[in-house]
Amino acid sequence: MSISVTLSINGKSVTRDCPANTTLVELLREKLHLTGTHVGCDTSQCGTCTVHMNGRAIKACTILAVQCDGAEVTTIEGLGSADNLHPMQEAFRECHGLQCGFCTPGMIMSAVDLVNREENLDERVIREGLEGNICRCTGYHNIVRAVETAANRMRN
Amino acid sequence: MYDFNYHKPSSVDEAVELFSDLEDAVYLAGGHTLLPSMKLRLAAPTDVIDLAGISGLSGIDHAGDDLKVGALTIHDDVATSAVVRSVIPALATLASGIGDAQVRNRGTIGGSLANSDPAADYPAAVLGLNAQLVTSKRTIAADDFFTGMFETALEEGELLTEIHFPKADTAAYVKYPNPASRYATVGVFVARTSDGIRVAITGAAPSVFRATEMERALAGDFSESALDGISLDTDRMNTDLHASAEYRAHLCMVMAKRAISQIA
Amino acid sequence: MTEKSIGKSVLRREDMRFITGKGQYTDDINLRGQAYGYFVRSPYAHADIGEVDISVATDMPGVIAVLTGQALAADEVGSLPCGWMIHSKDGSEMKQPPHPVMAAARVNYVGEPVALVVADSYMEAKNAAEVVAVDYSERDPVVAPGDARSAPAIYEDVPENTCYQWELGDREATESAIAAAAHVTSYELTNNRLIPNAMEPRAAIADFNAATEDLTLYTTSQNPHLVRLILTAFIQLAPEHRLRVIAPDVGGGFGSKIFVYSEETALAWASMKLGIAIKWTAERSESFLADAHGRDHVTTAQLAMDEQGRFLGLKVKTTANMGAYLSTFASSVPTYLYGTLLAGQYKTPNIYVEVDAVFTNTAPVDAYRGAGRPEATFLLERIVELAARETGRDPVELRRINLIQPGDFPYQTPVALEYDIGDYEASLNRALEMAEYDTFAERKAASEAKGHLRGIGFSCYIEACGLAPSQVAGQLGAGVGLWESGEVRVNPTGSVTVLTGTHSHGQGHETTFAQLVASRFGIPVDDVEVVHGDTGKLDFGLGTYGSRSLAVGGSALAKAADKVVEKGRLIAAHLLDTDAGNIDFDDGEYRVKDSNQSRTFQEIAFAAYVPHDYPLEDLEPGLAEKAFYDPGNFTYPAGTHICEVEIDPETGVVAIDRFTAVDDFGNIINPMIVEGQVHGGIAQGIGQALLETCVYDETGQLQTGSYMDYCMPRADDLPDFSVGLTNTPCTHNPVGAKGCGEAGAIGSPPAVINAITDAVGVRDIPMPATPEKIWRAIQEVRA
Repeated sequence: MSISVTLSINGKSVTRDCPANTTLVELLREKLHLTGTHVGCDTSQCGTCTVHMNGRAIKACTILAVQCDGAEVTTIEGLGSADNLHPMQEAFRECHGLQCGFCTPGMIMSAVDLVNREENLDERVIREGLEGNICRCTGYHNIVRAVETAANRMRN
Repeated sequence: MYDFNYHKPSSVDEAVELFSDLEDAVYLAGGHTLLPSMKLRLAAPTDVIDLAGISGLSGIDHAGDDLKVGALTIHDDVATSAVVRSVIPALATLASGIGDAQVRNRGTIGGSLANSDPAADYPAAVLGLNAQLVTSKRTIAADDFFTGMFETALEEGELLTEIHFPKADTAAYVKYPNPASRYATVGVFVARTSDGIRVAITGAAPSVFRATEMERALAGDFSESALDGISLDTDRMNTDLHASAEYRAHLCMVMAKRAISQIA
Repeated sequence: MTEKSIGKSVLRREDMRFITGKGQYTDDINLRGQAYGYFVRSPYAHADIGEVDISVATDMPGVIAVLTGQALAADEVGSLPCGWMIHSKDGSEMKQPPHPVMAAARVNYVGEPVALVVADSYMEAKNAAEVVAVDYSERDPVVAPGDARSAPAIYEDVPENTCYQWELGDREATESAIAAAAHVTSYELTNNRLIPNAMEPRAAIADFNAATEDLTLYTTSQNPHLVRLILTAFIQLAPEHRLRVIAPDVGGGFGSKIFVYSEETALAWASMKLGIAIKWTAERSESFLADAHGRDHVTTAQLAMDEQGRFLGLKVKTTANMGAYLSTFASSVPTYLYGTLLAGQYKTPNIYVEVDAVFTNTAPVDAYRGAGRPEATFLLERIVELAARETGRDPVELRRINLIQPGDFPYQTPVALEYDIGDYEASLNRALEMAEYDTFAERKAASEAKGHLRGIGFSCYIEACGLAPSQVAGQLGAGVGLWESGEVRVNPTGSVTVLTGTHSHGQGHETTFAQLVASRFGIPVDDVEVVHGDTGKLDFGLGTYGSRSLAVGGSALAKAADKVVEKGRLIAAHLLDTDAGNIDFDDGEYRVKDSNQSRTFQEIAFAAYVPHDYPLEDLEPGLAEKAFYDPGNFTYPAGTHICEVEIDPETGVVAIDRFTAVDDFGNIINPMIVEGQVHGGIAQGIGQALLETCVYDETGQLQTGSYMDYCMPRADDLPDFSVGLTNTPCTHNPVGAKGCGEAGAIGSPPAVINAITDAVGVRDIPMPATPEKIWRAIQEVRA
């Protein structure tokens, strides 16, 4: 069954016909060529596919494209660009919060949501707030530093 | 995921009618159990009925002594609701520990309860608080709702619409999470209600259950030490890669005592 | 301008694309008209294959072809080779049963590929794969390595399922030392099997161009040249010059992407057979089943000491699980990367190790971060700890009195290696200071006051990195050389293109290697571009594994850069009308000695390409040089890790309160990147010690086949790490670097287990030390 889906992606309205079984991440990667959102597992746990929908971090592998009809979706590509980085992107680079880069887009999207959501951020809150994102490279130490750094900048 | 027909009804009646007309339909709420199952091809419905178009299924209301939570209310909304935090803070705590942040932004209370995963958190609160589960055709008491592993009293096509939590005097939920999945290896909900002490345990057995021996002991003496000497039947406990029945039985006692200490 | 960036934490240039979602991983690439592949995999650990009925699948919508292992065999596609021949102690060659690209007659582990379905879309390929009907007749599987030698043979010509029985060291002398010792400590252990889990699942696109007969393979590889070599020389899919292998951005490897696997090989064959481009991306469930796993040793050991606590002898017997087939470097891991490391940092005069490598009906086991060296370090640092406890000695002091001292180098161990340099006590002392060992007792008392247990654990590790030299490795059975290539091309404007045969999949080579070369030329780092990962652009190279990239690949680049400097000197001499011997080069400037006459590096570069007045018979135009560097020895990074844990005795839950690592990696190019490598390695080591384990049931079904059951370390499982450095520069390579990628995963597991057993007051808790195991141990202690 094919369904027409209209949604806003990174501020642009997009309409596509999708088979009903298309997930949001498949729409992003296969049809819209927004390949910054990754797929790292098939059980909704690794968080590499994290995007924002209507202002909340969600896993784009665990939502149908058709469920996003009418929604506003932001991906890593819409968060900031090389000449206009979001403070979280900038902090990940400054703090060496990434190595292979594969988990990074999802990690950054989760981290932005965490800072927006949690008023009292400390190391423990940040670590617990990122439990939906797995990184195999960094040991998280520098990711925590990056989130702390970005949070300060986002709030000042 | 196999292909399927997608439906988005705008009322409960329409949803229920669709379900009865279709060959092999499922309701889709937050989708955080259903969609992974479909992706792994463990579920292959012909038709998916998305409940997101039905107004009134989501939200939190405080009426009289009851807290009414719509079945489509996401975990994060329960976790952060000022009303829930003031009326039944333990329920907010429980919701704040389900899955991870992204899961809490999509998963719903109704989806969790209808699925009745033996390791899910919400069943502990529903049973511990003796909630009423309102469906498309009736109201079911929590004590009658959970009938087994992934089984509930919901009939074919019957749709859970709202959960009524009676206000407890005090309550607490303490969970020992599975380190990999973050589901409950053991989660214990202890509540002092107008009907007495209730202790509901999730994760430990094939289905959430009331620890009646603990309830009896606590009725006389609401203290951690009241539980000393109780030994839970390890035969009813799950054993898996992550915890043996014996360890689970032990964790039930530890988590129960920690819940009591939070209340007392 | 001057630019000395060596030793500076230059921010990584590759990050800009990763943080903006512009990275290009294999699955991000789509070729026009590509088809999709999906593999039919064995549901059984051990079964004979009868008829494979593809008729229904072939007729499914969108299906282009269903290619079976039997069709592959009919095309005479070769077996996947293992690159290191090990000889048993009786001199016989290791048993290497054929490793078919897809199984034709028998399957030997769950997840083994049996057929490849090619279709217009991924979903159509997957749908058709489900209806490929394979007639299996189940056989009894062998699953546990300890059972393998007494179980029925998996392969008719491999008796007792034994691949080889290897030994190293002097058995007689070691046994005599043990017999005469004042104290002997014995230890039995299992080094738990792990699943690597790079976050990017493996993927490949094979693109055969029927017009030119060129085959291009995009794949998630740590060493694309090795993929090309194996697919051409061994499997003979295509001539080497017709196959181009591209490893674009690769999302982590940790060893698991060194190897040549069935999937990319089958895809390349199918692309040539069908004349179309085909893409395959693993689902995580497939990664769990079919990526090469790591570790999986069962070991017994004895350590002998004299009255003063000096080590006299170490005897080790290990059974190593190879899985069902020998993966690309599997045979070398429990031998030359394990037995040779058993001296550790200590002057143990007699060491003897025997290793039985066995086949089982499980996924192949090969190198995973550390590869043999974590297993050696775990054994050694645990048995030393036990020896200290058994004899009532302080574990730090027992280590200290046995350490090889700075004056002892070069130090010949009894297990083949010759350590060039180190100062182990310096790292130990620095780590003790950073970990505040002197106030540990106060912290322990504070924990006990609130009913918790606190323990501290030490680990003094050494590793051998930058595998070398080729000549020695060849004598020991290596099928490939262990050198590296580097090329430095200076462009006319003075910018520089650096080509390296190593591969970066998270290690930051695009930055580090640019720093290295820029510093040699005295030019800005931004003027240097690093190219890697494409056999179409580079000379042959060996890729990245074993913490070798800077020590070996960086050395090749340093040599090439030095050649460029010398060529530039000739050009400068010509331009400045003097002898080359009269020209100094420093800080990006060629200067005539004792004069103010000079030319900048950029001016020389331009002149190299505008040879209007060159003495062409003496001086060629151009400014580009290559070097191949074959190391004279391994490098020997070493250090001390200290772990401090607090345990909740009611649940057995461990909190790692402090983790300190002090490492000697020799010279450091970029401290930020090095610290990041250490952090990541420690996290994987803590993962092995506390959380991760691969479990097969007795029928060979994988029980930990998803993140629901295989416990990956998350942010809230780990503490901040305290990381320090000491430095004794490597004596035999031009960079003075030793390698840092694996140290964290090597040093940390015994530190964690030593801390936990110290806290609980028990001899041993097997890895992973789960809360339940710890809780049970506490019950036993208290009983």
